[in-house]
Amino acid sequence: MPVLVFAESANGTFKKSNFEAVSYGARVAALLNTETFVIDFENLSDDVLKSLGDYGATKVYRVTNDALKNFDAGLHAKVLNDVAQKLNATTVIFSFNYSGKAIAPVLAAKMNAGYVAGAIDIPVMEGSTMKIRKNVFSGKAIALYAIHSDNKIIALTPNTVAPEKTENKCSVENLEIAIKATDSKVKVKEVVKASGKITLSDADIVVSAGRGLKGPENWGMVEEMANILGAATACSRPVADIHWRPHEEHVGQTGLTVRPNLYIALGISGAIQHLAGVNGSKVIVVINKDPEAPFFKAADYGIVGDVFEVVPKLNEAFKRFKAGA
Amino acid sequence: MKFLVCISKAPDTTTKIAFTDNNTKFNNDKVVFIVNPYDEWYALVRALELKEKLGGSVTVINVGAADTDAIIRKALAIGADDAVRIDAEPIDAMFVAKQIAEYVKANAYDIVFCGKETIDYNGSEVGGMIAGLLDWGYVSLASSLELNGSIATLNREIAGGHETVEVNIPFVLSAAKGMAEARIPNMRGIMAARTKPVAIVAAVASENYTSILSYELPKEKTGVKLVSADNVGELVSLLHNDAKVI
Ligand SMILES: Cc1cc2nc3c(=O)[nH]c(=O)nc-3n(C[C@H](O)[C@H](O)[C@H](O)COP(=O)(O)OP(=O)(O)OC[C@H]3O[C@@H](n4cnc5c(N)ncnc54)[C@H](O)[C@@H]3O)c2cc1C
Repeated sequence: MPVLVFAESANGTFKKSNFEAVSYGARVAALLNTETFVIDFENLSDDVLKSLGDYGATKVYRVTNDALKNFDAGLHAKVLNDVAQKLNATTVIFSFNYSGKAIAPVLAAKMNAGYVAGAIDIPVMEGSTMKIRKNVFSGKAIALYAIHSDNKIIALTPNTVAPEKTENKCSVENLEIAIKATDSKVKVKEVVKASGKITLSDADIVVSAGRGLKGPENWGMVEEMANILGAATACSRPVADIHWRPHEEHVGQTGLTVRPNLYIALGISGAIQHLAGVNGSKVIVVINKDPEAPFFKAADYGIVGDVFEVVPKLNEAFKRFKAGA
Repeated sequence: MKFLVCISKAPDTTTKIAFTDNNTKFNNDKVVFIVNPYDEWYALVRALELKEKLGGSVTVINVGAADTDAIIRKALAIGADDAVRIDAEPIDAMFVAKQIAEYVKANAYDIVFCGKETIDYNGSEVGGMIAGLLDWGYVSLASSLELNGSIATLNREIAGGHETVEVNIPFVLSAAKGMAEARIPNMRGIMAARTKPVAIVAAVASENYTSILSYELPKEKTGVKLVSADNVGELVSLLHNDAKVI
């Protein structure tokens, strides 16, 4: 009974979160003494799909049906359920990203599977029970979950379990799945993406700013830092609420959760609700003029100082570093 | 239009998280519980706005024991017409979804609203599971919703942007920021909530899918290393040489 991994590329190329999910799937498969099958809905080329062998995929099944060009969580879940039945798979792995969050719970209902949403480590088997850790209370705690049901679904939190390279031969095969017109219920009319910007949810570095920036006109230096570092920009909730910045940038307990390698907080106090969305970051840098700001307690590095003086100097220093000086 | 809004009880966002019974249970001693913010601020308020515009009714549904009465009354005070409580301690997301799906099968609704996630278990699960159980369309992380007859148009968050989708009723959505602006209940609403009907419904049986065996707290930071504002170059070299993140 193979392990299935759902891998959705970004514009035809796989990225880190895909490799993480495939490698994770391979490690779960090793635990269960079985193979790792990746499912592709995008009609990608053999070469692109075979590259997943480097992360442990033994076979990629390509489901080529035009209906799947339209993202519909229900339809994707229906097809994955059919694939799982055809291939006799009882375990399915997703990345806990936008599409994983949409499809995995629908599939859990269809497969009658226990589902752990947002795993942060490799599972351990105890008999037929699978035990896995996940973050709970918005990162303020970790829970050890057990999946008791025969069918199991895991969505892996990006940037928590590093992908491992292997030397694996991987083959590609097409799979026919019948889709009826009534299987597709949600129709995508328009896709709007900010071009050239780094996506916040999977950025390695995030530069975030708060009310200490005083007004939207002062974001130039924040964006400059993000440009120099190849980072995404984020903000605290009040900044989004008063429309200094778009809602998509709001991180925290009631916004986006991010777990970059580096999170730089400029003029943000570090309220508990803000920390809840960023405390999974590997390294946190805080720049704040108030030495008592609570964010310093959650930080790895800090500068006590005025952002309007420190950030321009720091940007120059980052620039020199990037130029190799 | 008949709208059903799923509401969950969640610990207030300032709660200090702690555990009891050898770290196997969440310590709810002195914890203030609130309506899960995504359910209240976005799902419930958008359902109310649509009802005000188009007519119909807004019912809130909660799977919980009697101690969820306060959050149910809060949702009624904000403006829901009536409430349903499935009388059971929720075990996991699938348990909750099965209860709600069973209720929906027996009582016709046009749209089931969920929040994008709860702030305690952060799973983003219940809405999708209800849709899967009912075989209804599912729109996750919806940041807007308009209705035109039986056709709904929604914006849905995706990596690096959003997409606009269309779906026919009935369907399920999970509501994210942007869908509505939070409302504060007024005195009249709070008074009215006391007498609005709350139906208590027995739970249906469900398999045991998942359980939590134990909890732990994340490792504390070892302490911040401060760098002088006059020596920002040191921060750059620390990030490069020690932390190895740039
Ligand atoms: C239910 C609930 C949910 C919430 N969810 C979220 C959430 O998801 N995300 C979130 O961010 N917040 C959330 N909040 C709000 C949170 O409590 C804080 O109010 C918010 O994070 C503060 O934002 P801030 O740090 O930008 O602003 P402030 O608290 O105003 O802090 C500004 C900081 O900037 C510093 N500063 C000012 N001027 C300068 C300068 N020139 N140079 C350097 N530093 C300077 C100040 O010392 C201060 O520390 C939530 C609150 C509630 C009640």
